[in-house]
Amino acid sequence: MRLIPFLISAAVTTGVIAALNVQLPAGKTKTPRLGYFLSPQQGFWQNAEAFNSSYTKEIKIAGIHTNAEVYLDDRLVPHIYAANDADAYFIQGYLHAKFRLWQMEFQANAAGGRLSEILGPSMLPTDKYFRRLGMVYGAERALEMINKNETTKSAMDAYTSGVNAYIHNLKDNELPFEYKLLDYKPEAWTNLKTALFLKFMSFDLTGQGDDDLLMTNTRNVLGWETFKQLFPERADSLDPIIPKGTPFAKASVAVKMPANADSVYFSSNATGTEAIPPVIPNRNNGSNNWAVSGSKTKSGKPILCNDPHLGLNLPSLWYEIQITTPTQNTYGASFPGAPCVVIGFNDSIAWGVTNAGRDVKDFYEIQFKDTTMQEYRFNGAWKKTEFRKEIIKIRDQPDDIENIAMTVFGPVMYDHSYKNKNEDGRYLAVRWTAHDPSNEMNTFYQLDHAKNYTDYLAATNTFDCPGQNFVFASVSGDIAIRQQGKFVAKWRRQGDFIMPGTDSSYLWQGFIPAAENPLMLNPARGFVSSANQMAVDSTYPYYLGRSANFPVYRGYLINRALKNLNQITPLDMEMLQTETYNVFAELARPLLLKLADESKLNNDEKKCIEILSKWDLKNDTDEKAPTIFRLWWDTVYRDTYADEFSKSKLPLSWPEQNTLLEALLKNTEYPFADNVNTPDIKETMTDVVTNALHKIVPEIRKIENDDKLEWGKFKSTHISHLLKIPALSRLDLPIGGGDGIINATTSNHGPSWRMVVQLTSPVEAYAVYPGGESGNPGSRYYDSFVDSWATGTYYPVLFIKKQEAMHHSRMKWHMNFIKA
Amino acid sequence: MKFYVSIILIALLSYAAGLFPVLPWWSFTICTLVVAVAIPQRPIKSFISGFIALFLLWGILAFIIDLNNQHLLSAKVANILPLNGSFELLIGLTAFIGGLIGGLAALTGSYLRKK
Repeated sequence: MRLIPFLISAAVTTGVIAALNVQLPAGKTKTPRLGYFLSPQQGFWQNAEAFNSSYTKEIKIAGIHTNAEVYLDDRLVPHIYAANDADAYFIQGYLHAKFRLWQMEFQANAAGGRLSEILGPSMLPTDKYFRRLGMVYGAERALEMINKNETTKSAMDAYTSGVNAYIHNLKDNELPFEYKLLDYKPEAWTNLKTALFLKFMSFDLTGQGDDDLLMTNTRNVLGWETFKQLFPERADSLDPIIPKGTPFAKASVAVKMPANADSVYFSSNATGTEAIPPVIPNRNNGSNNWAVSGSKTKSGKPILCNDPHLGLNLPSLWYEIQITTPTQNTYGASFPGAPCVVIGFNDSIAWGVTNAGRDVKDFYEIQFKDTTMQEYRFNGAWKKTEFRKEIIKIRDQPDDIENIAMTVFGPVMYDHSYKNKNEDGRYLAVRWTAHDPSNEMNTFYQLDHAKNYTDYLAATNTFDCPGQNFVFASVSGDIAIRQQGKFVAKWRRQGDFIMPGTDSSYLWQGFIPAAENPLMLNPARGFVSSANQMAVDSTYPYYLGRSANFPVYRGYLINRALKNLNQITPLDMEMLQTETYNVFAELARPLLLKLADESKLNNDEKKCIEILSKWDLKNDTDEKAPTIFRLWWDTVYRDTYADEFSKSKLPLSWPEQNTLLEALLKNTEYPFADNVNTPDIKETMTDVVTNALHKIVPEIRKIENDDKLEWGKFKSTHISHLLKIPALSRLDLPIGGGDGIINATTSNHGPSWRMVVQLTSPVEAYAVYPGGESGNPGSRYYDSFVDSWATGTYYPVLFIKKQEAMHHSRMKWHMNFIKA
Repeated sequence: MKFYVSIILIALLSYAAGLFPVLPWWSFTICTLVVAVAIPQRPIKSFISGFIALFLLWGILAFIIDLNNQHLLSAKVANILPLNGSFELLIGLTAFIGGLIGGLAALTGSYLRKK
């Protein structure tokens, strides 16, 4: 042996291996372990699926009671045929894990405030936020409730076993791509993770509550009288879910406004808070759903439609699936991370959901005796605080420990240790219905098995949070819609702002009984619909929450279209779901054109007016007018209110777009047109509108030079990978629509699942979603539906019996689950 | 002759080691070292045989996987790593890293044997 050269050579070899075996810093992130990552037999190359790879497989597995079969069709949608529900949910868990493991674990970890464990200290603010909001607390309480329900518990247990059976047999080289990229491994799945994921949906869909902080600042800065003008309780253009004039029974829960509300709650005496949540649910979270009765369709049978609008991500939030057992034959969209079909249909009925938008999350200001938070003021005495400890593990760093004070008003989210820009030393507790024990999974389980209207009512009865509008249609010809959730019986404007948390008078006084929630069965007009608008008119005996929570235009458009349609086919419904007509522009364009002072316009500005005048009001991809309209209106809106709203450095909530529009439609002499910073000049809306056009023309010229003026390019819809890595995302998709349009696709948000179901026998359905069945970026099925989705085409779904599936030409692969 | 036998043996054994995902990704270095000890060559020749064996093994494996995958994933990874989306560069980088470690391992083996 030549010792010296050997030692040098051995050291260099070891050094190179070691360097390629650790994550090296690269900017804010880290590289993968390059040697491992590039190794063709272990690293990312193993995730590059052959285009002709087969999914046909015999799977010997412990955990199922009877052999079961799965057929995968040409879109990789699985059709499960099992001898009992437990086996079906076991296999659903197995398939979710096989195709979406990284995503489902990542989402559950995000909900549970555990991202720092994976991604490092940069995620600590997000993790703290979710922990302090009480996500884990709520999920634990939900699980206690779930454990009391035999059916849901056994479905979840079977599902969890299925996920774990897959993880247990997973070889290191088969780990999903993202685990290799970030260098970590999956842990065992638990029912708690499912509960956490469902809490994430509650968080995402009850975000209206977070506005309380900004609304409080806004009230304080503007003063109560001005605030009332800019934040009216109801929009004029509202066409509620339950048609105006429908009578309602008297409220069975009486609520009492606290005696001191006028002086304490509606005044501006309180100081503002600067608390801004680091994660804010998208305000466009919402959806469309409707059902038309057989009297309006060509087939004589009802048609039901649903498109939930959520953040667009890859891998997609949804996983399409068919589940067939002796007790059910169900098809639809499931959540990777939870058993059952969430939106879909079975042999007898179809259902869909939109968000109710009711405010079920309120903030209370707590008075502690001192900064130790051991005691707080309640009903004139000091009450002892309980504490909840949350430990946040951080990659490569010591743990962070959150000691959360728990009060009768809920967990104290903001305190001196969690300021989050809240520098004024106030303690804010959050009361949220998602903290209360509930079992939402039970509703989906029952809907999957429902046969008729009665079953639908029973299934939805116990759905608590996030409140949804459940639309329903049956093969037997019924259509219905019900707004269901655990809604707080509130006095007028209760919880619109931060409430005093020192005595019981401001506490929630009760919940609205499910029987008093809005419900409509087989209305004479032949259709039911919802699009997140306020559900009822002002005769409904309970307070619904501030108007800003309820967008108006999609609901108005859908109802207008459905009123006029007859002899409806599924294709008509697809066209309605993908409709790009802009009713906001229909109302606002005449105002802009009327108010612009033509004598002051140059040729470029006149050209803009000409393009706008000729526009057919559709936000289509190749139109330039929607971009010009958007820029012009937004500038008018901003300039109208900027003077009032720039008076304070606190974060404020601005008025709704439709508030300005509706005010101008009534009277163009709008007091807020006057710029308060120029006391000598009295500006009018004519000035604001004309100046706005002056301002935007140079901007338009620049956008046109960049070839981005066409609406599709300007809007630039993209579907981001959950880690926001551009290479794994789909960018610049050619799709029209936008905010307030039935095709509600904005830049990163929109119809996350589109479904049209005709309730003939057998049921006929069409669906598409912006993603693909596989979560693997190295699979051709990762984003295989995206182009169809963007162009508005649908897939006829295969909803078939096992005998048919065995021989069907579109069935490509067969997984045989054999009991081990 | 020794040279070619070394290359073939190193590549074969390294491939075989890679079939066991429980072993670490660098387990091929052990096979390479063993072959270099068993078949003595001059250090430089050992290095080259180790380099070529692993360069070819990793390069060809990556090339075949990539071909069947129609560059779908390699194009994405070549954008995550600063390779301008070029699957050719990514395959080249893969082959080079394999080759480099293989060469070094073989060199170490040859020094271990050499009198």
